[in-house]
Parts: sequence; C-alpha cells; structure tokens
Amino acid sequence: MVIGLYNYWIVVALMMIGFYIVIAHGNLIKKIVGLTIFQTSVFIFYISMAKVDGGTAPILADGIERFSNPLPHVLILTAIVVGIATTALALALTVRIKEAYGSIEEEHIQEKDNQAC
Amino acid sequence: MTFLVGIAIAIVWMKDLIAVVMLAGIYGLLSASFFVAMDAVDVAFTEASVGAGISTLLMLVAITITGRSEQTTRHKPALAFFVVVITGGLLIYGTIDMPYVGAVDAPIQVHVAPRYINDSMQEVGVPNIVTSVLASYRGFDTFGEAVVIFTAGIGVLTLLPMVRSRKSDEAIESLNESMHERHMVVRIVAKILIPFILLFALYVQFHGDYGPGGGFQAGVIFAAAIILYAILFGLPAARRVINQSFIQFVAAFGVLLYGSVGLVSLLNGGNFLDYSVLSADPIAGQHLGILLIELGVGCTVTSVMVIIFFHFAGRKEGKQSMKEEETR
Repeated sequence: MVIGLYNYWIVVALMMIGFYIVIAHGNLIKKIVGLTIFQTSVFIFYISMAKVDGGTAPILADGIERFSNPLPHVLILTAIVVGIATTALALALTVRIKEAYGSIEEEHIQEKDNQAC
Repeated sequence: MTFLVGIAIAIVWMKDLIAVVMLAGIYGLLSASFFVAMDAVDVAFTEASVGAGISTLLMLVAITITGRSEQTTRHKPALAFFVVVITGGLLIYGTIDMPYVGAVDAPIQVHVAPRYINDSMQEVGVPNIVTSVLASYRGFDTFGEAVVIFTAGIGVLTLLPMVRSRKSDEAIESLNESMHERHMVVRIVAKILIPFILLFALYVQFHGDYGPGGGFQAGVIFAAAIILYAILFGLPAARRVINQSFIQFVAAFGVLLYGSVGLVSLLNGGNFLDYSVLSADPIAGQHLGILLIELGVGCTVTSVMVIIFFHFAGRKEGKQSMKEEETR
C-alpha cells in the first residue's frame, strides 16, 4: 500500500508546492518557476503510470519480453519540449511587463493600473 | 524522489531569484534521473537537455533583464495554504483507487500499448517503439506539437523585437576584444567541445530509430551548442555565423517539411502522414517518412530555441547600449 502509491503521493506533493507558489507569490518569474514545478509533477505522474514491474526501456531487442508502456513516454517527450516553448513565451511577456511597468511584482503592477484609471 | 520535494520546498523559501533558477535546474536534472529509473530513457534525455539546460539558461537571461530579488510580501499565505492543503488532500484521496505503480494488469497497460509493443516491428520496422509511436502512429500529434513550437517562436519574435544599431555593435566588438584575454581558457575549451556537441546532436538525430533520441532531443542539443557559442563569443559573433533570416527560414522549413511529407503521402493514395506509400516497400517508406519528419522536427526545435535565446539576449544588449548612449 505505502510503497505502491508512494510515487503518486510525491506527485501530489510537488503539484501542490507548485500550485502554492503560483497563488501565493507575487513575483512573476517565481510564478513561472512554480508552473514549471507543477508541469514536471504531471510528467512524473504519466511516467510513473507507464512503469511496468520487471520491464525495460521500450526499445525492441532479442530476449526481452516485457517493456514499459511507450505511449505516455511519447506524450511526455513532446510535452516537455512544448513546455519549454511556452515557458519562453511567458518569460518574453514578463520582460515586456518589466519594460512597461518597471516592475514584475504583481502588487506594483496593480497599483500602477489603479493610478492610470 | 524525496529529494525532489525537498528542492521544491527550498524554491518556495528562496528570495534570490538566481538561486531559485539554479535549484530549478537541479530539480530538472533530478527528475531526469528519476525518468531513467522508470525506464523512460527518451523522456529522461529530453528532460535533461531541456529542464536542466535550456530552461535554466532562458530564465537566467530573463532575470538579468528583470532584476534578481523577490519582494518579501505574499498574498494571503494562510488562505493559499488552506486551498492547497484541501486540493492536495482530495487528490491523495483520489490516488487510493489508482492501481499500484508497476502493476502489470493496470488498465493503462492493456489497451493500446500491447499493439505498439507486439506489432510495431512488422508495421513500422523501427526498434525504438517510442520513435515509431511518436513519428508514425501518432504523427498527427507530433505535427501539432511542431506547429505549437513554431508558433511560440513567432510569439517571442513579435513580443521582443530586436533593438539594434550599428554603433552598439561596434562598441560590443571592442569590448569583445578585451574580454578575449580574460576568457581565453573557457573559449579554447568551448572551441574544442562545440564540434563534438554538434556531432553528438547529429548522432542523436539520425540514431533515433534504434536508440533513445530523435528530432526533439537533437534539436535542443544542437541549439545548446549554438547558445554556448553565443554566450562565450558574444551575440554579434554568433549572429554572423547564423544569420537571423536564415534561422527563421529554417524554423519555417522544418514545419513545412513535416507537412509536405504528409501531403506527398496523401497524393500517393494513402492517408495524411501514412508513410507506407512513400516507397514500394512499406517498411522502407516508413523509414524514409520517419527520417524526414524527425529532420523537420529537429530543424524547427533548433531554430526556435536559438531564435528565442537570441531575442532575449539581444534585448538585453540593446538596452545596455541604449543606456550607454544616454549617459554619454
């Protein structure tokens, strides 16, 4: 019981840490790091599901009969690369916000917006 | 595994953003080694090059523009903590019904996976099942992902247009000369290393059929070599090697190549992205198709990563030189 579900609990813990960073921190870069942690926890979740006891990496070779599930590997592989592309986009937006507002703290941005109204 | 949680908690407490980004890099590397332990070598490969390499670099560049310290105040930490604990508790309650990790008869293992494992050798003829699923069975998805990456590249291009002037280029050039003495050792080592990194990237690109690897990983490694060059020899030097319009062309070319392979198979009487009709022998057709689309993916990923880095770094140098001109 404890060993069997341990991976999933770690995933939940990581996910919640990421979630906490996203909602409780005002700094935009920190929020992006939080999102990255959240994202990685989902990757770990998928890869844990794909694991088969006694299986090996899904590359066909003579004398090996049991492989881990290749489908989640494919999904996560592409998700990682797409993830970095979207992270880069988020960072680009942050840079523009810094240039427009002079700050990347949520509160300062809010203040400036209120003043402008 | 437990290390991962420890590092994530450290990230919550750290105020210095550079330390946070470094920890995030370590976190990426650790999760990559975890993926190896879970038999997902392809994924580990990607995560090691992306999570520990490129993403750390991009965040560092972004921090140099936006400042490195974080403010101490937080929004209602107690409330946030409460929400997080409740969500986490519910999720843990949900996991109780999950099959154990590694169970052979879990629902996920009994549906599509056996077909991929048993038949892919006859149908696609590529030993690495991940590659055959990625490029052949689920070619549509991968095409979509290549397009997403391309779109992200366009997004960064539009958000951060290049600020550049002739004068600043010359100023950087003279600075570069003086830096040459100081960074002699690093530069010479890099000069020796870069060809091998590029060669390794090509190996990963074309060996993806037989071992872990493929277009995505190769693209990221290739881009890492170019970015290494740009860091050590300065952006203008790197830009002279890789022309801006050329790299944009390569990004578009990759997606186009992928799409045209699909169209050619359509014109030959098969379905979109059905490679069996590309050649008289279905297996040879599959090989050709996979090779071509992996090449397309590799081109797009490399050039988009390089474009993103150049634009972040170019933004910073452009701003610096603008400030210098103002103070003059």
